[in-house]
Amino acid sequence: MPGKTSLTITFKRISRNKGALIGMIIVIVFVAVAILAPLIAPKDPYKQDLLSSLEAPSFRHLFGTDIFGRDVLSRVIYGARTSLSISLAAVLFAILLGVVVGTIAGYFGGVIDEVLMRFLDILMAFPDILLAIAIVAALGPGKANLIIAIAIYSFPQFARVMRASVLTIKTNEYIEAARAIGESHLSIMIRYIVPNALAPIIVQATLRMATAILTISGLSFLGLGVKPPEAEWGTDLAMARVYLEIAPHLGIFPGLALFLTVMGFNLFGDGLNDALNPRLKDR
Amino acid sequence: MPVIIGVSIISFSIMHMIPGDPARIIAGEGATKQDIEAIRLKYGLDKPLVEQYFRFMKGIITNDLRSIKTERPILREILPRFSNTIQLALVSIVISSFIGISLGIISSVRRNTWVDSFAMVFSLIGVSMPIFWLGILLIIIFAVVLGWLPSGGKGGVEHIILPAITLGLATSAIIARMTRASMLEVLNQDYVRTARAFGINRRKVIYKYVLRNALIPIVTVIGLQFGYLLGGAVLTESVFGWPGLGRYVVDSIFSRDYIAVQVGIMIIAISFVLVNLAVDIVYALVDPRLRRG
Repeated sequence: MPGKTSLTITFKRISRNKGALIGMIIVIVFVAVAILAPLIAPKDPYKQDLLSSLEAPSFRHLFGTDIFGRDVLSRVIYGARTSLSISLAAVLFAILLGVVVGTIAGYFGGVIDEVLMRFLDILMAFPDILLAIAIVAALGPGKANLIIAIAIYSFPQFARVMRASVLTIKTNEYIEAARAIGESHLSIMIRYIVPNALAPIIVQATLRMATAILTISGLSFLGLGVKPPEAEWGTDLAMARVYLEIAPHLGIFPGLALFLTVMGFNLFGDGLNDALNPRLKDR
Repeated sequence: MPVIIGVSIISFSIMHMIPGDPARIIAGEGATKQDIEAIRLKYGLDKPLVEQYFRFMKGIITNDLRSIKTERPILREILPRFSNTIQLALVSIVISSFIGISLGIISSVRRNTWVDSFAMVFSLIGVSMPIFWLGILLIIIFAVVLGWLPSGGKGGVEHIILPAITLGLATSAIIARMTRASMLEVLNQDYVRTARAFGINRRKVIYKYVLRNALIPIVTVIGLQFGYLLGGAVLTESVFGWPGLGRYVVDSIFSRDYIAVQVGIMIIAISFVLVNLAVDIVYALVDPRLRRG
């Protein structure tokens, strides 16, 4: 595990990288918004007020109102909650799957490795969000299925990263030593291999958060993800698309929030990559 | 080839991963027991899975496999829509190659100037931009506010401009990044410095020596991205109501036409694999170093 010193070094490197710093701040802001949503949202995101439907932004409703007269700002704030909670669950699930599959493939090698990697190749042969669409098509919409779909769609990346790390760690003498004193394969994997391979997994997780958030809102936009009336950026944008001609303001704010969050995770992930990867340091 | 078979198996199993009885789901709510039995027989759902898979694959080619909704042979439903998707992806890749390569060349030649920073910001925006939001923004600007272009549907040239730009933005950002990196690598080679030292005009060096040698990775990326666009078109097609295959798959999910979903997803994935394969082959043909090894 990274000790206190390596943590401070990482933090120092990030704060020197302007892009990474901006990314980190954006991520922190959106996480805070998601957690504090009930406290900071000015209105109830589900309260309908048909008399003030499709209002343009004003002091009363900073981002305007949607077709049901709901406050768009409050829905954008609650949308952060929906997106971040689902994507976090999906990415954690994907890490678990990826670490298990990648460790087994890299540690044992041979036929097991070959079979697992071919299977990942097949999963990765579905371009873009097509695999997630296929899984949701089979399982049906709903939050739990969305998490499963995105986890399955994301885990091959983690498995690959994990496998690559395991292959280099495996050749270390301390692994051989552990084998020699009779430690079991399982215990070696859990005690020595996984902790030493975490850095690239953390980088990958940050970047995959961006993809997961995009996929959630993409599927929701198609009507295959989070169902209305739940506040979600993609769902709200799908509704905005219908009323774009008469209320273009609806199309702006949920998308802006989505774009900023994704960019934040991308910048932060790239920065972490530079900070945790000493080989790239002198770039 | 094993990947293609694997893709077809996964696409086939979509219907069988559905929790519950597929026959009942196809029959819909309020179906009688006889209806469900009839559907089970009609689609061969009573047969063993392996046999069903072979019937499925054979049925696609022999036109025996029909859309659940329209009862027409499935390929006849899919191919016209797929050609719309290919059309969109082609226009998109042409636009994004043009933007990406120009931006990449300029930013590599004028390294660390404002052009270079602009290109960096552009690629950052390109990879983080939700494709359907970009579509919505372009509709707001060019269809609602300016009224220059239609907001959706298919028709003349004006209908394809917005969807093609939407679909291609991320791709042009990726091509720009690749072009810049590839150009910089070649620019640092000794023979480029030698050519400059011989007094050959800078512009000529860049286009004749540098760009030509930097082109292989750029072409590879363009090829790979084209395959990607075929799959990525789902969202763009939905925003603009473009009658392509991705949108058909999504519509079929809602109308519970599982055969259309299975075959549609399979066709997109297989063409993605084939495009990648073609890129590998072309790569080997273009790069003599790889041919020998």
